Amino acid sequence: MTSDRIKIYHGTVYDPSNGIDGEVRDLWIEGGKIVEAPSDPSVPVNRTIDASDMVVMPGGIDMHCHIAGPKVNVARKMRPEENRKGERIERTAITHSGTMGSVPSTFATGYKYAGLGYTTAFDAAIPPLAARHAHEEFEDTPCLDKGFYVLMGNNHYVMKSVKDNEPQKLKAFVAWLLNSSKGFAPKLVNPGGVEVWKHKQAGNVHGLDSLVDHFGVTPRQIISQVAQAAEELRLPHSVHIHCNNLGMPGNWETTLETMKSLEGRRGHITHIQFHSYGGGDGDENTFNSKVIPLVDYVNSHPNITVDVGQVLFGETTSMTGDGPLGYYLSNVYGGKWFSGDTEMESGCGITPIKYKNKSLVHALQWAIGLEWYLLVEDPWRVVMSTDHPNGGSFMAYPQIIRYLMDRTYRQDVLKTCHPLVVKRSTLADIEREYTLREIAIITRAGPAKILGLKNKGHLGPGADADITIYSPHENKEIMFEMPRLVIKAGQVIVEDGEMRHAPIGKTLHVQPAYDVEFETDIQAWFEKYYSIRWRNYPVDPSYMHAPEAVPMRS
Amino acid sequence: MAIVESEAPASAGDLKIIKDATCTFCGCVCDDIDLTVENNHITKALRACVLGKAWFLNHEIEDKPSCLVEGKPAALAEGYDRAAQILSAGKYPIVYGLSDSPCEAQRVAVSIADWIDGTIDTTTSVCHGPSGMAFQGVGEVTCTLGEVANRGDFIMFWGSNPAESHPRHFTKYSLMPKGMFLPNGRKDRTCAIVDVRKTKSARAADIFLQIKPRKDFEALWTLRALARDIELDPKLVQQETGIELAVWQDLMDRMKAAKFGVIFFGMGLTMTRGKHANSEALLALTRDMNAHTRFVAKPNRGHGNVTGADNVVAWRTGYPFGVNHNRGYPRFNPGEYTTSDTLANGEADSGMMIACDPMANFSQPAREHLASIPYIALDAKETPTTRAATVAFTVATYGINTGGTVYRMDDVPIPLRPAFESPHPSDFEVLTQIEKRIKVIRGVRG
Repeated sequence: MTSDRIKIYHGTVYDPSNGIDGEVRDLWIEGGKIVEAPSDPSVPVNRTIDASDMVVMPGGIDMHCHIAGPKVNVARKMRPEENRKGERIERTAITHSGTMGSVPSTFATGYKYAGLGYTTAFDAAIPPLAARHAHEEFEDTPCLDKGFYVLMGNNHYVMKSVKDNEPQKLKAFVAWLLNSSKGFAPKLVNPGGVEVWKHKQAGNVHGLDSLVDHFGVTPRQIISQVAQAAEELRLPHSVHIHCNNLGMPGNWETTLETMKSLEGRRGHITHIQFHSYGGGDGDENTFNSKVIPLVDYVNSHPNITVDVGQVLFGETTSMTGDGPLGYYLSNVYGGKWFSGDTEMESGCGITPIKYKNKSLVHALQWAIGLEWYLLVEDPWRVVMSTDHPNGGSFMAYPQIIRYLMDRTYRQDVLKTCHPLVVKRSTLADIEREYTLREIAIITRAGPAKILGLKNKGHLGPGADADITIYSPHENKEIMFEMPRLVIKAGQVIVEDGEMRHAPIGKTLHVQPAYDVEFETDIQAWFEKYYSIRWRNYPVDPSYMHAPEAVPMRS
Repeated sequence: MAIVESEAPASAGDLKIIKDATCTFCGCVCDDIDLTVENNHITKALRACVLGKAWFLNHEIEDKPSCLVEGKPAALAEGYDRAAQILSAGKYPIVYGLSDSPCEAQRVAVSIADWIDGTIDTTTSVCHGPSGMAFQGVGEVTCTLGEVANRGDFIMFWGSNPAESHPRHFTKYSLMPKGMFLPNGRKDRTCAIVDVRKTKSARAADIFLQIKPRKDFEALWTLRALARDIELDPKLVQQETGIELAVWQDLMDRMKAAKFGVIFFGMGLTMTRGKHANSEALLALTRDMNAHTRFVAKPNRGHGNVTGADNVVAWRTGYPFGVNHNRGYPRFNPGEYTTSDTLANGEADSGMMIACDPMANFSQPAREHLASIPYIALDAKETPTTRAATVAFTVATYGINTGGTVYRMDDVPIPLRPAFESPHPSDFEVLTQIEKRIKVIRGVRG
């Protein structure tokens, strides 16, 4: 952050949260925040930026990516072949060196996000036992404000509290876990299914009402009760759900049931592309898009938000807290496979993957992702993501923007795909093209709103001065892949693709209040089963760089 | 930066109990030690094993200067200046060690290697480096140690002797604990040990298989074949492995019958004939077993924070060890950029040895070359490596005098609770001071 006063003048501003849609305006920055225009226009200014004919938006927010922590780091260690052939990130007088590939090193991650005009990112799946690790990597991931979601859909204490019908205990535990890990939101990954995988060969649950062995609970119960706890705690973000049966033909019904299980409570369904499939019995010939029935439900239920998890063609790394999914994918693709089970909490699966446009399944996945963006009526409830690196790298965001803003380009690529895609999805019939306002919503304003970040995703007074300035171009991929200027907390960090500064950024976390009397019970359980000491579990605040506790919803 | 002492360490004259202190002697990183500190001396280390007790109770602050330049006592600032000059002037500077430093210090060491276009390597390259390479080939099915305690009903050790190298391994994690699904502890578990000699650990085993030396690869592939019901020639199996096929078949039957099998492996596998091919065979066998039941594998890592070193180097460079920055970006090539090679090949022209002792345990050509180049050494104790260093820093001991973060062998990060202060600086402090100066010399503003 800097105390500099900066004036950006004559920019064409897209600030949907404040109802500004391509109006020529001036912006004033002071102390790292956006401020009102000074009453005295002759006030001294440290820098003036002429944004005439430029597009000005808030900094981008990636609300679902995998950029830090044990899973991501295992993938780095596992894929030297990708790191070596990827773009070289050379050190400069102000930046560290690094490696790319589908799982970039920490510094490279920060620089590359900034290079695209993104200034905030959330890692989507951290086991609380490894929270310290995520925070340590965050401190080495510059240019971004960061937070993470805490895995709890297979946590034994969660399942025990659900089984015992103790909602108050569950609520206290969710709050305690978020406080202990210094995390941001509760995350459910294949709720119940990962626990079954841990104790049974190829184990998993197969629907919302499957019983989790030993614990005697169902995914439906876990989802609805954690959603309830998140709501009662007034957390800024809702429960963040990776549904059961990811990637399976016919899984759309599970996804629909998951939405219904929320019973009107807020819930975010993540990488919904991977959960929108028709067909059955693992038979490729029956695989098809079921976006329509799901999008109908989303369109008529404002409690639900989604991010897409767009698939892009090319090589990447699948990484997930969904252990049984990792096993399934490694058997499908036959490559190297990592699986890591974390005691009491979670699982993990990693395997390389290559999406091919000539593969019916892959091409359908690509088309289904685009259907989601184009069929959700309210752009405030659909967020751009590739589930980096699962569907593809975050580096593909400019390409996705082009798909959404350029119907001809989209149709041209569709023609290169497996011929059955046009029959098994509706993509060929969709005419819609996104506007810049809508792009600003799905990449900034929307995620900020969904995450409850009042100071992000907009350009009104009081907002963090995270701003991206683009040179308009007919080819939107070119426009969005190299911003003219990126400003983070009032400091110019990227100028025409050159790094100018690489500040570490803030750690965004939550501190929900809870009844500490429940800690006695949590401690007794913890000490019985964990392999580390109770006092060594909570993350000390010193691990957070520039922490900002995001307030609860009022 | 997370070097924070949540409770003030004892100062001279105090009697103090430090609860839940962490022992960094081996990769078990036991975090349940209660230390009694009297007059800057640890007099009790409750729950520590024989190695941990020796680590804590014999800990003495070295009565020697914090800094020696060419063997003569020097001010710290002089040492920092000289160290920065040596490392900045080198065309092929190497930074090595790291496995007995907290992550906070490791991170600074990687920065230094980056700023000087140097090579960074850790002691992983001489212990489980082959496992890291095998991992890159086939992956790994694994879990945290609490999973082993709660679920592991079939526990195998291969080329690993935890009774002597990780004394609390059996009691705390792998054999004795009464876990969630193993209410009777040891009685609910089967323990098999495979080794080329009858180690002290063998006594703990229900099944002990003494295989022929240098035949781990053949033995593991025998099991891989049996896992897939492939018919084998009994004579050949006996001849190659030294064990009858029927015994292997019995072992495989038990492995398949297990609910949750675990294979811990050690340097008896990774540093014998076959090296990474052995580790790869074991990791592949573990993967194969998941077609029948749940099975996981885990290297028994030695040094207290060697796992942290792998993690830090990987998150910053993309590679776990043996990383060269000579071209301004990281490249990985074990056998070329690993320290025993950069030294033995006479390539390194300057270096920094952090909490390691290559002068005691590297090959003669490597030692001779290290003695011929200017280098910096950081260690809590005097060693052959510190004695021959151009600049030697005596540093405070991590986990006893300084805080920070250590990763257990299963990648679980654990905080340190220092017991008392040292007059010597921490390695984090020394490295930070050197980095500051290097940045000035190299014109780094980041």
